[in-house]
Amino acid sequence: MKLSIYRYDPDKDEKPYLKHYDVTLDAADRMLLDALVKVKAQDDSLAFRRSCREGVCGSDAININGKNGLACVTKIAELPDHVTLRPLPGLPVIRDLIVDMTQFFKQYHSIKPYVINNDPPPERERLQSPQEREALNGLYECILCACCTTACPSFWWNPDKFVGPAGLLQAYRFIADTRDQETAERLDNLEDPYRLFRCHSIMNCVDVCPKNLNPTKAIGKIKEMMVKRTV
Amino acid sequence: MQVRRFDAIVVGAGGAGMRSALELARANLKVAVLTKVFPTRSHTVAAQGGIAAPLANSAEDNWHWHMYDTVKGSDYLGDQDAIEYMCRRAVEVVVELEHMGMPFDRLESGRIYQRPFGGHTQNYGSPKMAMRACAAADRTGHAMLHTLYQQNVRANTQFFVEWMALDLIMDPQDGAVVGVVALEMETGELSILQAKATLLATGGSGRMYFSSTNAFINTGDGLGMAARAGLPLEDMEFYQFHPTGVYGAGVLITEGVRGEGGYLLNKNGERFMERYAPNNKDLASRDVVSRAMTTEIKEGRGCGPDADHVMLKLDHLGPEVIKLRLPGIREIAIKFAGVDPIRDAIPVVPTAHYQMGGIPTNYMGQVVAPEGASKEAIVPGLYAAGECACVSVHGGNRLGCNSLLDLVVFGKAAGEQMIKDMRAQPSPHRALPKGAGESTRERVARLDSALSGERVAEVLNDLRRTMQAHCGVFRFPDDLVEGVKKMRVIAERAARTFIEDKSKVFNTARVEALELENLLEASMATIVSAEARKESRGAQARADFPERDDKNWMKHTLWYKEGNRLDYKPVHQKPLSVETMEPKVRTY
Repeated sequence: MKLSIYRYDPDKDEKPYLKHYDVTLDAADRMLLDALVKVKAQDDSLAFRRSCREGVCGSDAININGKNGLACVTKIAELPDHVTLRPLPGLPVIRDLIVDMTQFFKQYHSIKPYVINNDPPPERERLQSPQEREALNGLYECILCACCTTACPSFWWNPDKFVGPAGLLQAYRFIADTRDQETAERLDNLEDPYRLFRCHSIMNCVDVCPKNLNPTKAIGKIKEMMVKRTV
Repeated sequence: MQVRRFDAIVVGAGGAGMRSALELARANLKVAVLTKVFPTRSHTVAAQGGIAAPLANSAEDNWHWHMYDTVKGSDYLGDQDAIEYMCRRAVEVVVELEHMGMPFDRLESGRIYQRPFGGHTQNYGSPKMAMRACAAADRTGHAMLHTLYQQNVRANTQFFVEWMALDLIMDPQDGAVVGVVALEMETGELSILQAKATLLATGGSGRMYFSSTNAFINTGDGLGMAARAGLPLEDMEFYQFHPTGVYGAGVLITEGVRGEGGYLLNKNGERFMERYAPNNKDLASRDVVSRAMTTEIKEGRGCGPDADHVMLKLDHLGPEVIKLRLPGIREIAIKFAGVDPIRDAIPVVPTAHYQMGGIPTNYMGQVVAPEGASKEAIVPGLYAAGECACVSVHGGNRLGCNSLLDLVVFGKAAGEQMIKDMRAQPSPHRALPKGAGESTRERVARLDSALSGERVAEVLNDLRRTMQAHCGVFRFPDDLVEGVKKMRVIAERAARTFIEDKSKVFNTARVEALELENLLEASMATIVSAEARKESRGAQARADFPERDDKNWMKHTLWYKEGNRLDYKPVHQKPLSVETMEPKVRTY
């Protein structure tokens, strides 16, 4: 397999470049991450993040032939013979395939990502019907890998002002939770020309999400609630 | 080295680390949480099936039954005071998680959904299964870890993300821990973080096996730190092989599949667990099921062209149950096994999963070690919780869903104890001992200057293959002796590693080399302890000593790095308030 990988080490490189690798794969190497681990065994200076290797921790999001995805669940068999790997677009590069995710998490934190309920907690669990709980499906599963947000042109333009698809999906996750009491404040928090309304339904987010989630749909629901409360 | 001061340091941001951090942050203490990866990337995220608590939402249950199952599951090696403590706090900590916003599945009554799990029974081991596993589909760990992170965001916990703790700093006067030396991965700089209380919550060491359900980051870092500081590691020979890892890939398939009604088949299409565990069948304890599978394969009844795995059948559950309760494993089976479990069975094989042993602690999370006449003297300033700790609640074999419970019960308990200890002695920080951090600086400097030597990836590969071949589901005397010899050679090689990457910035080669040093201590402890224990109990199954030997071996192993020395200490057979659960022949 041929890999061209974006390399940049600020400690020694003046500017980034693509480095070409030829990797011999074993039968056991099925995912792109397996190939990256092979490359690293040859050239230990290649830096990338990885952990769970099964698509649940969100560490190894990279840009694969122009499209964001997780290396650990991208099948080698489904890739062309020559693959170009770059860091996620739209975030500063620290080194090689490792980006600085500060801005991404700042936006996530800005939506108050926790259930707020100011009633004194009952002795046992707060009750929720199976239907109410099902409303959280397709929302809570987000792994914060940033594939979606860094595929979004609106985020590229306004990373400091636009919450981005991952953050907005989570904003709706807490709005949709019947245990949360701050819906009005959450909507106020997004009532702004940038935070929510920079989403123009380009739907790159939906296209790249490795967990098959749909941020555009969640954003649509928030917009709907905004309209409803003004009439 | 720059020195930073905190009231408390938490090393690791998985379930245990973040639960304790929450306790500390809410007490308005100055806390630093160090983590190698962003908190929601910690391996707790991969837990699937559930968290055990006798909520009795679907069937009668109580903490006594939970305690009995846990003691029996541990093959009577678990400390019964700690097990009682955990089971009695289970309802409280799970309800708290719900209040924090954890998205548990629900019953029609609106209460938390619970499913059966291996070894969870009603009425002290009756054939009737309990419904004790509280689940968020098959993503319970993900739901729990994100909820704990979210609460820490709310509590303004200070995280040091992508900081790797390398060594403990100990006051040579009395062995008190006064902080850690840590590496900031982005800059490559070493710092000293000083604290009155330090908690290790660094998780397990599952990367020591070639075929493992564990994440790349599970390299036993806290174990390495403790071992280098001269502290013992307890019961490391008890390493759990999960019955259902995806054949070839090692990715976990939750026991919840069998909890929902799935079962295992050999090549004859026989539901073979009925022969090994007539009462609980596929929901016997994990050690029992893994041995049964291995026996089937060894006796030629495995599936596939190499007859080297068995099949996990669940299509009879129907697409609705699979989509609603097991969506994550369906995704995994499609991606990693190439089968859709709605139609076809999943090829599975026992896979290294969980370390029952670890850094010895009491049930308040305080690290304890032999000193003078005491086998369990408190190490001042040091605490441990989660998979890196050995309380011991899991003894020889852990029950499914008791790991997530262990994280939150003992994460919380350790946080509470740290607060108590700090308040009891509101003294200023101790002065740092002379030469603090020097040995760590030397370790890192060796890597930075070495121009030749052993390649990290090769040594790691040999370590993992050695452990796999010599210290697996069944253990053979010659294999163990040979394995210890091989590991000694690997230890020498690990001391001569070299890396080509000399950059300061996010040098992952350097991180991997340092991780290898930790993994080596954990592996050595595991195989040396296994070779020495001449009995079969829980996950330790010796071909030459097939029976449990309570007369000679009802005791905890303590392994020391120095000379691979072993010591032993008694099991706490006396619970806190109830009668001792006496050892019995263990059948399911």
